[in-house]
Amino acid sequence: MITDITIGQFFPAESVIHRLDPRTKILLVLVYVVVVFFVKSFVGYMVLALFVISCCAMARVPVRFILRGLKPIMFFILITALFNLFLTSGGVIIFHWWIFTITDEGLRFAVFMVLRLLFLIMGTSLLTLTTSPILLTDGMERLLSPFGKIGVPAHEISMMMTIALRFIPTLLEETDKIIKAQSARGADFDSGNLVRRAKAMVPILIPLFISSFRRADELATAMECRCYRGGKNRTRLNKLEYGRRDAFAWLIFAVFTAAVFATNFLFAF
Amino acid sequence: MGTDDIIKIENLNFSYSNSETGKTTEVLRNINLNVRRGEFVAVLGHNGSGKSTLAKLMNAILTPTSGRVLADGIDTADEDRLFDIRSRVGMVFQNPDNQIVTTIVEEDVAFAPENMGVPPAEIRKRVDYALKTVGMYEFRRSEPHHLSGGQKQRVAIAGVLAMMPDVIVLDEPTAMLDPSGRREIINTVSRLNREEGMTVILITHYMDEAVRADRVVVISDGQIVRDASPREVFSQVDELKKIGLDVPQATELAYLLSKDGFDIKTDVLNAEECTSEIERLMTQARK
Repeated sequence: MITDITIGQFFPAESVIHRLDPRTKILLVLVYVVVVFFVKSFVGYMVLALFVISCCAMARVPVRFILRGLKPIMFFILITALFNLFLTSGGVIIFHWWIFTITDEGLRFAVFMVLRLLFLIMGTSLLTLTTSPILLTDGMERLLSPFGKIGVPAHEISMMMTIALRFIPTLLEETDKIIKAQSARGADFDSGNLVRRAKAMVPILIPLFISSFRRADELATAMECRCYRGGKNRTRLNKLEYGRRDAFAWLIFAVFTAAVFATNFLFAF
Repeated sequence: MGTDDIIKIENLNFSYSNSETGKTTEVLRNINLNVRRGEFVAVLGHNGSGKSTLAKLMNAILTPTSGRVLADGIDTADEDRLFDIRSRVGMVFQNPDNQIVTTIVEEDVAFAPENMGVPPAEIRKRVDYALKTVGMYEFRRSEPHHLSGGQKQRVAIAGVLAMMPDVIVLDEPTAMLDPSGRREIINTVSRLNREEGMTVILITHYMDEAVRADRVVVISDGQIVRDASPREVFSQVDELKKIGLDVPQATELAYLLSKDGFDIKTDVLNAEECTSEIERLMTQARK
């Protein structure tokens, strides 16, 4: 289950998209999310699809790989679609049975909603798939640093994210160990109703919490020993630098955005 | 270059009081210890002897209750010079997982110089040097959780080396490793001392790790009970046993043989020395 989720996963490859500055990618994704909400016609969605698919191709990430990542959230997309399908009023009724009514407006809304969610997830997962976690947090830190003046702790946020990412595999391993240790002592995690199963998690979570606190304490000491004193006067091994390709990416994106808005005016369907 | 003694501990006492019971516990009593530049010192003691506390006093994680600790001539009680002290006295801890900060090996090794504000080009040089010295250069782009315990601990040592410290203090660096990981670390550490001239203070309770040192300091019950060469320290098997410490297996064998009346040297330190002694005995017996 955990390995199924491709959102937030990094897909290492050599590509133009991988080499883009993380700041460019983060900002582009933010704008992309807004643009997706402005698409109002099927032709617009076709432009969107073309854009996303060609981005995947450029990033050398198989579209299949992204689609597989959609599986765990398919359920939510389906629910959203059903709600839109049955609960939208207005338009011509095309289907009616008992309390269920489908109008052409509802159908249109439902399909749009599904497409919108799909493209949102595909676009945003392209960011994490093509940007290593360390570059991602670096990019965030640099983008947030101008807000330091109004009290946004940019360095601290990125350090927290880095440490969190660093410790995910360590804690997963530890959880596995604790589960085995508790099973060996006769703990049962797989039977009973939901409440029972939730209760069975307590003997896993408590040791995990205690050990996390101990780890945090040791890590803090180790960081102090290595002269850590916050973001002040800190230099970086790998500095982020904008290149020509970043400007080029913005240009392409501008063309794409213009195309999307044009479809809104040109096509009613 | 500062003084000749990189670490100077004078009349050190350390105690802490339990906030709940109000009781004061004495951990270290009247410690005097000097470590010269380039020396490899092993600090031996069993659990609760105060040896880890002693390590933490060397780079100002803890400060003495009385007496003083000088790191390269700087008093560790001087809070204004905390970072000078910490960049001179590098510290490696027991659990490699809890001292690696970032998700890529070379980024982690760069952590300390980054904190110190070293320019990027110089950081790159230091990172490459440190990783090559511990033999982890080809893993520079790896993620720490894909490495073995010994490899992770070598990365942790590289992370400290990148600070260009004057001395490295290792607080039981092998306690959580398997035998091959332990060997990796001890080889790395003694090579650091021999080839790079790094001053090393190795805190351990494994006797065979202490054998490689120039000097062994034995701590028991918060006091230094022995401070001599490994050969001198380990030849006194009875004394070590009295304070709850073991001796290397080879030394133990020689000791038991001599107790049984064999004319064997008891200051052997490793298997080779022991076998040659036994060979000598056997050829003598044949004559």
